[in-house]
Amino acid sequence: MFDIWHKIQQTLHINTTSGFTGGLVHNNQYKLTGGYPIVACPMPELLMHPIKQHIGDPCEPIVVVGERVLKGQVIAKAQGYLSVPIHASTSGTVEKIGEHAIPHPSGLGMTSIFIKPDGLDEVDESLHPLPNYRSVDVVELRERIRHAGLAGLGGAVFPTFIKLVHDQKHPIETVVLNGIECEPWLTCDHQLMLEKAHEIISGLDIIMHLVEANEGIIAIEDNKPDAIVVVRKTLVDMGFGEHIRVKVLPTIYPQGGEKQLIQSVTGKEVPAGSLPLHIGVLSTNVGTSKAIYDAVCLGEPLTERVVTVSGDAVSNPTNMLVRLGTSVQFLLKQVGVESFEDLKIIHGGPMMGELLTDVGVPVVKASNGILAMHRPTIMRAHHDEEPCIRCGDCGEVCPAGLMPNLLAQHCKEDQFERAQDYNLFDCIECGACSYVCPSHIPLVHYFRYGKGQVSQIQREKTFAEESRQRSEKRDARLAQELAEKEEKRRVAKEKKEARAKALAEKEAASQAAEVAVDDATQDVSVAKPSLDNKADVNQQDDKKAEDKA
Amino acid sequence: MEFLYPVFIFAALALVIGVGLALASRYFHVEGDPLADTIDALLPQTQCGQCGYPGCRPYANAVAADEVSVNHCVPGGERTMLQIANIMGVEPKAIEEEETVPVVAYIREDECIGCTLCIKACPVDCIIGAPKQYHTIVTDHCTGCTLCLEPCPVDCIDMVETPELLEHWSWPVPGTKRAIKAETRKANHEGES
Repeated sequence: MFDIWHKIQQTLHINTTSGFTGGLVHNNQYKLTGGYPIVACPMPELLMHPIKQHIGDPCEPIVVVGERVLKGQVIAKAQGYLSVPIHASTSGTVEKIGEHAIPHPSGLGMTSIFIKPDGLDEVDESLHPLPNYRSVDVVELRERIRHAGLAGLGGAVFPTFIKLVHDQKHPIETVVLNGIECEPWLTCDHQLMLEKAHEIISGLDIIMHLVEANEGIIAIEDNKPDAIVVVRKTLVDMGFGEHIRVKVLPTIYPQGGEKQLIQSVTGKEVPAGSLPLHIGVLSTNVGTSKAIYDAVCLGEPLTERVVTVSGDAVSNPTNMLVRLGTSVQFLLKQVGVESFEDLKIIHGGPMMGELLTDVGVPVVKASNGILAMHRPTIMRAHHDEEPCIRCGDCGEVCPAGLMPNLLAQHCKEDQFERAQDYNLFDCIECGACSYVCPSHIPLVHYFRYGKGQVSQIQREKTFAEESRQRSEKRDARLAQELAEKEEKRRVAKEKKEARAKALAEKEAASQAAEVAVDDATQDVSVAKPSLDNKADVNQQDDKKAEDKA
Repeated sequence: MEFLYPVFIFAALALVIGVGLALASRYFHVEGDPLADTIDALLPQTQCGQCGYPGCRPYANAVAADEVSVNHCVPGGERTMLQIANIMGVEPKAIEEEETVPVVAYIREDECIGCTLCIKACPVDCIIGAPKQYHTIVTDHCTGCTLCLEPCPVDCIDMVETPELLEHWSWPVPGTKRAIKAETRKANHEGES
């Protein structure tokens, strides 16, 4: 019944039930691993920890090569405010610190810390558990969450502690827990809700305590009925029924986007350029909530996460609990993918994830899924770009209410100011427009290009401004030096003239005296030419000095 | 006498407007050339002199005074040229020299003799050094103007392409050279040590 309704919605692009406009419905059959228990990934031979796994400033390694580290020990400390530390995900020795490929579309490497596990998995117990978190100081709790290296595990990896603050100006009324998982294929949050509902709800309670919110909502889409039942039951068991409730939402992509979710759940739209906290809402992923529980109640920093390993090339897809730093290659080996020929590996979900060409990259905090697809499956979606036929499908599915066709046109023509007028930066890069485009225009790619160029231009402007200041200061300095030299020369000249004058006077005086003594009747005009000669010589000297200068 | 009324009215009007204009020119007087300022703000400030003027400000002044065409700023590229043409209200002209990739100067320090000539040539003061000491370039501030190359007596300065930084990386246009470069780099597993 639901399937037929979804099909009708899909064909007609109608969306009556959800709070935001646009969106599209994916076939639920891609969620292969829903209900598959989480299995622990075995210990790999080498773990690689890139020094930046969150949005913000990179960390600084504080271990040296050859040092023994324990599981949960900080190996790279946070630099700056927008940063969280990185922890070793098992005990072992630091083998080397160097460049390694990371899951990033540029293919550029990043400094990574390589740890060779010793198999003992010894835990660093410097973080003591705080089970009675309601009696702990809020500042300490927040510092703990930061110290545990928590960043949004839904894929955006924004440092969590920054959001968890009680602001007098913008009090948070509602905390929304994101159990939507709208990307096809991914099921890690689904399975986490089934298995760790207790931890997730406790984590939500910690968040509500931190931000002093009274209402908690766990949002789950209706394609996960088992998770809805389990979470509801756990809520009743734990006695949180009054403050926390489960909200069931119809399945639509991209409902898991922060702003879209908030609109669906609360009916309030986050204004462009504002944050959810401005309308009194905070949202976090269920995985993050579970990690908060681990960090606070168990004293365990973020060293592992649940990853969906799936795809049509995987014979036995699963949800795996993976240590951060495990290589994608090792992970895929566990599910029976040995050869990577004619396969495309996706990091993240198929809509917003990115294609990996190097399977040596490690699993990072942002990795919610690793998908191995047959090449034709992916390539079918990669036709050459054809001209826009102005069908308007992209505008209809855009969850941010933008006009993707015009935006892409402006980005393509490098008209970035115009693109910004069309609210380029409200695009959440969900990929819905590219997905429905009948001309196969890579719309999101153009938006990413446009966004990158805008920040590039901004950076260039700042650099030019700095250069101009430096150049102006240099010119001023040179002018000052020149003026000083001129002044010195003038003083020297004056002195010289004075000296010459004095000398001339003296000579004249002595000559006059001589003349007076020798012959009082002789005319004094004889002395005059000699005086003039002296002055000439002096002037010539000055000229020489000037030339030299 | 009635025919004199309009004469008086217009004379009075002329007097009022004249006084008003005189006062306005006195009190709303702007120092310098605002047009040159606007153009200067658009220029990349490399101070490279490729336009034939000894820096960006002099070129901006010349463009504002309509002495020179808008297409002489090579590092600024087409975008800057179009913006200046827009401000000046003239037809855009193609830039004659080819646009180059961003570069910074690099001193091969073991060959440097410490003559300080390049330090004097640098328009943005980004070379550090002292007589008979190695000089080095603060690459973060280097504009890539190449003015230090010429005075160097031992030719120990190279222009190197600025590496793409991860934090400054942006998506290329689909299907362009840069996109293909990124693809090949990914395919070659660069970054793996």
